[in-house]
Amino acid sequence: MAISKDHLLWMYETMYKIRCYEDKMAEAYAEGKSPVFNIGAGPVPGEMHLATGQEPAAAGMCVHLKKEDTVTAPHRPHHHAIAKGVDLNRMTAEIFGKATGLGKGKGGHMHLFDPDVKFSCGGIVGAGIPHALGAALAAKKRGTDWVAVAFIGEGAANQGAFHESLNMAALWKLPFIVVIENNQYGISVPKTASTAVLSNDVRAAAYGIKGYYVKDNDPIDMYNVSKEAVERARTGQGPSIIEIETYRYLGHFQGDPEVYRDKNEVTLLRQKDPIIRLRNYLLNECGVTEETIAQLENKATSEVDQAYAFARESDYPKPEEALEDVFV
Amino acid sequence: MQQTKQRLLTGNKALAEAIRLEMERDPNVFVMGEDVGVYGGIFGATEGLFQKFGPERVIDTPISETAFIGAAIGAAAEGMRPIVELMFVDFFGVCMDQIYNHMAKIPYMSGGRVKLPMVLMTAVGGGYSDAAQHSQTLYATFAHLPGMKVVAPSTPYDLKGMMISAIRDDNPVVFMFHKTLQGLGWMDQLDASIGHVPEEAYTVPLGKANIVREGTDITIVGIQMTVHQALEAAKRLEQQGIQAEVIDLRSLVPLDKETIIQSVKKTHRLLVVDEDYLSYGMTAEIAAIAAEHCLYDLEAPVKRIAVPDVPIPYSRPLEQFVLPNADKIFREAIQLVNE
Repeated sequence: MAISKDHLLWMYETMYKIRCYEDKMAEAYAEGKSPVFNIGAGPVPGEMHLATGQEPAAAGMCVHLKKEDTVTAPHRPHHHAIAKGVDLNRMTAEIFGKATGLGKGKGGHMHLFDPDVKFSCGGIVGAGIPHALGAALAAKKRGTDWVAVAFIGEGAANQGAFHESLNMAALWKLPFIVVIENNQYGISVPKTASTAVLSNDVRAAAYGIKGYYVKDNDPIDMYNVSKEAVERARTGQGPSIIEIETYRYLGHFQGDPEVYRDKNEVTLLRQKDPIIRLRNYLLNECGVTEETIAQLENKATSEVDQAYAFARESDYPKPEEALEDVFV
Repeated sequence: MQQTKQRLLTGNKALAEAIRLEMERDPNVFVMGEDVGVYGGIFGATEGLFQKFGPERVIDTPISETAFIGAAIGAAAEGMRPIVELMFVDFFGVCMDQIYNHMAKIPYMSGGRVKLPMVLMTAVGGGYSDAAQHSQTLYATFAHLPGMKVVAPSTPYDLKGMMISAIRDDNPVVFMFHKTLQGLGWMDQLDASIGHVPEEAYTVPLGKANIVREGTDITIVGIQMTVHQALEAAKRLEQQGIQAEVIDLRSLVPLDKETIIQSVKKTHRLLVVDEDYLSYGMTAEIAAIAAEHCLYDLEAPVKRIAVPDVPIPYSRPLEQFVLPNADKIFREAIQLVNE
């Protein structure tokens, strides 16, 4: 399959940006939480689920999407939001609880909504799947070639909403794709202890749709598989499931004691980091220069820095604004 | 004076101990839920149980709440005594059919011939910026629907005693524990989250309120976190010469009306405080009881403090604005006494 170099460069820049963003978020989240960790303290309070290590799924899919395509994401949403082109300043401000945030500080990190690029996410496992189904239904009804993608974790594939939505998507042949990021754990429970099948792509057979499996967090393979699934959806060939074997380097949430896994596990995973692999691929297989790579990296870093500066400099909402926006 | 050494436990350890004791006593008791095994429950309610009883009796489930809560109903109907954990009460949305159309109704619809001796244990409460889908208490949502007992203890002592009562009860019990009262190292550290807990098994009845502070000038009714806030406010009211009586409801269903009525007859003023939403909620229920049973004993209109009918916002200043606290209780109480 032909791979566009521009696409790969975009993917690299996006994955790099996501990594910078999450690294910086880990630092911001830790502020005000030492020496005693208190989940409610610091400039970024509450739960924080970071996607460090899971970049290929978001970048490899979203490179094929346009603004009119819909993406729904779960409680770990930053990588999808960045890849879908959510306004980075306003997203960061939201996570800092500021009035300039996407939701004026009402939503927070798990509840980011940017209708300008048709992105949403939520804190309830599997709940975004039917929302993407509805977007796909609307696309079909209106005769557009738009598609809808629901990103979920492997744990969500055991929710009723997953199976109900896939049945309907298949029945109505909707432009609907579920991307399952199998990061190996549902909080503390390994996939082998929660899921009766080895990989969720085989569940596609239950609905008579296409199932794809991407091994070992491979960005190129994710790119190829997503390209085919999106093309199929756009041309009326119906829904797909993509499962990607991916890895979360950090805990389920920041502060997770991670009693359920070996400390060396992540060290080994980082040795085959997908960003480094894609970087090497660009340098060795695509004739991209170090200079070009450096330019992309600098651009990504400065965008991220700018977003954090914007968030920190913004004001908090006035307390009584809590009473606004219940009804529009 | 003889000094007695009191054993102190956090809320989560008191809960886990209650479950352990009942599991040792009765082989029909088992635990199911997400991350209840090696992890010990996200809020520590099953800490140490997996290590003691193993995966046959402390079962990590997939993220399939409809199925595992439904399965608890099925197992309970067979005479087992499952304890299922719904990680956050907010997650009830995905499995409410099993809870309110089945768990709460099967005993009634069977004319009492099918018993469901199960405990649905769940974490409630906000105040740490976990936003709208992870911070609710939803006390009234459950208490409104007939067919399940709904309890929400406020101290380690009551957490243990009421959990043992809940496990031994032949009815389905929704057992709510407040996250910040679990005494977990990674949340706000409150004195209220640690307290005396005897080692042996004991029961605290479901459906009996507790007068946690006696007073003569105003009755303040609360549950879980708002009880502790009311106690703090009561200390400050005392400095103003006001004696507040504080009632910890402990149980929403059954509700101990008599304790409330007797207190209002004594103090003639009633302030109800709730971490749940204001309208159609617990505060309204208590106010209605006062109106029905002791209206002429009141010397001022009933006052209510609760979340003002908005989802719980994320940003700290917004969240603190909508949640009850000791300051708000103090101010309202002063106003009420001076009315």
